[in-house]
Amino acid sequence: MALTRAEVEKVALLARLRLTESELATMTEQLSQIVGYVDQLSEVDADGIEPMAHAVEVVNVFAEDRVEPSLPRELALANAPRHNDRGYLVPAVLGE
Amino acid sequence: MSIVHGSAAELAKLLAAGEISSVELTRQYLDRIDRCDGEIGAFIRVDADRALEQAAAADRRRRAGEDLGPLAGLPVAVKDVLCDRDTVTTCASPMLAQFRPPYDATVVAKLKAAGAVLMGRTNMDEFAMGGSTENSAVKTTRNPWDATRTPGGSSGGSAAAVAASMAPAAIGTDTGGSIRQPAALCGVVGLKPTYGRVSRFGLVAFASSLDQVGPIGRTTQDAALVLEAIAGHEPRDATSINRPAPRYGLTVNQPLEGLKLGVVKEHFAAGLDSEVESAVRQAIETYRSLGAEIREISLPHSKYGVAAYYVIAPCEASSNLARYEGVHYGYSTDQTAMFAELNAERKRLTDAGDLQAADDLDPPLVRMYRRTRSEGFGPEVKRRIMLGTYALSAGYYDAYYLKALKVRRLIRRDFDEAFRQVDLIIGPVTAGPAFKLGEMVDDPLAMYLVDLYTVSANLAGIPAISLPCGLTQAGLPIGLQLQAPPLEEERLLRGARMFEAATQWSEKRPANHTNGRE
Repeated sequence: MALTRAEVEKVALLARLRLTESELATMTEQLSQIVGYVDQLSEVDADGIEPMAHAVEVVNVFAEDRVEPSLPRELALANAPRHNDRGYLVPAVLGE
Repeated sequence: MSIVHGSAAELAKLLAAGEISSVELTRQYLDRIDRCDGEIGAFIRVDADRALEQAAAADRRRRAGEDLGPLAGLPVAVKDVLCDRDTVTTCASPMLAQFRPPYDATVVAKLKAAGAVLMGRTNMDEFAMGGSTENSAVKTTRNPWDATRTPGGSSGGSAAAVAASMAPAAIGTDTGGSIRQPAALCGVVGLKPTYGRVSRFGLVAFASSLDQVGPIGRTTQDAALVLEAIAGHEPRDATSINRPAPRYGLTVNQPLEGLKLGVVKEHFAAGLDSEVESAVRQAIETYRSLGAEIREISLPHSKYGVAAYYVIAPCEASSNLARYEGVHYGYSTDQTAMFAELNAERKRLTDAGDLQAADDLDPPLVRMYRRTRSEGFGPEVKRRIMLGTYALSAGYYDAYYLKALKVRRLIRRDFDEAFRQVDLIIGPVTAGPAFKLGEMVDDPLAMYLVDLYTVSANLAGIPAISLPCGLTQAGLPIGLQLQAPPLEEERLLRGARMFEAATQWSEKRPANHTNGRE
């Protein structure tokens, strides 16, 4: 199935990516090719088959409800590009 | 022959017997890396100082008579995708070029606790996405058997390091073949364990329902030794299987009695290189001569494996990689430039009277995300994020993601059915030997099809191993794949060892890296 340029632009926004004009052209062509290949899944009769999200279907792994030490704040913040001593800093979302 | 060409299992014995010190061994490997890695490019970083410290510590503990595990003092190289609190962990991506993990991955912690000497971090396709290591943003890795060819990927650095005798063993990860394919192309042994056998805690996620950590070594004994050290239940990975890990190293040499091997008829279809086919058929004959019963079996849905995989893996990747947004860690775009760009665009549109368009411009936060991700990810990572986002988007979810999950179950059922008739499945790892660097970089679909024989094991969650079974006329390694039912790594290793012990393929070394430079 061929994707349109407009679809690819929309997907790029959803994926929070930005593509240059030439990336957009290449991506449209390559995604169309790949999607065309995976379209063969439609040949398979899988009616009534339970989807398999995980290879080992372990269910209900419980942990005891107990307070345990977690990652110290300064370690959690240590790799942040912008932070103060309490949290991560981001551009203003409201009322810029 | 220099000691660096030995297998991990042999070296572990020499270390245990006190015939060589870990410091001495580590120095030899560091020298070897100095001489060879300029050409091969297997390592992103070599941690020489730490390696020598760990080696000295292992030697001290041994002299003090402590009870040491089989990996104590043994050099191991680690793919740059497992968190190590002592060193940056980059995933070969600009996104994580400066990332210093706040904790150790379970596998890294286990290696440290076992007294292994961590030599350094090996090259890989960015975020483990690729089959040639060419998607690394750091460097090109070359195949030690032919420097114009790829080592495979994504664990290409780990496989090349072992093949070029720069480490006796290495850690890789396998989401769709990323341990087995480079092992095959580099003529070494690589094992992908059962999903859940090895903890994924601290493994930088690509596709969480498929990712699995495993060993690369010269021999099946090496793989057994390293797997033993890294396997086991670990509560911080909720998908880790709560079953004890056997001592694989103790049983690997025991042949399997009455072995029934399944040959998948769909594997020998068009597209399989004739030299690879003939080596694999020869291997099947070797097993027959060892007393194995050979049965033809069918995995009718295996031909849909690549299609299902290239829906499921990108979907999971698009979700997993959403975490890279320039806020919590990793690369972040220049905010001054970002605001300047926004103001300039807004002014241009306002001046032109297009107030609606000015209003529709990406606001600062979205703009920061998009710039950060576009600057921090390479082309293949973007392609997979796009593919996954598309397949999960409204209107396509049922046709692609849900359908792929159903096909995944059919693939698993095929295996379950097959393993009612046979103990192990035997076949090729790849359709051909190592390909030329650059050959497929502009053709992502062709690159994806390389995974034909490997992805099904990940989709089904079963263990599989690649071991050397021949050389082409041109002198390139050929890999043999064995697959086993879930949690049957012990059977897998013992079965693989039977072939290895009956042949000499695992003793072959790339010519230009055994003699010329010594």
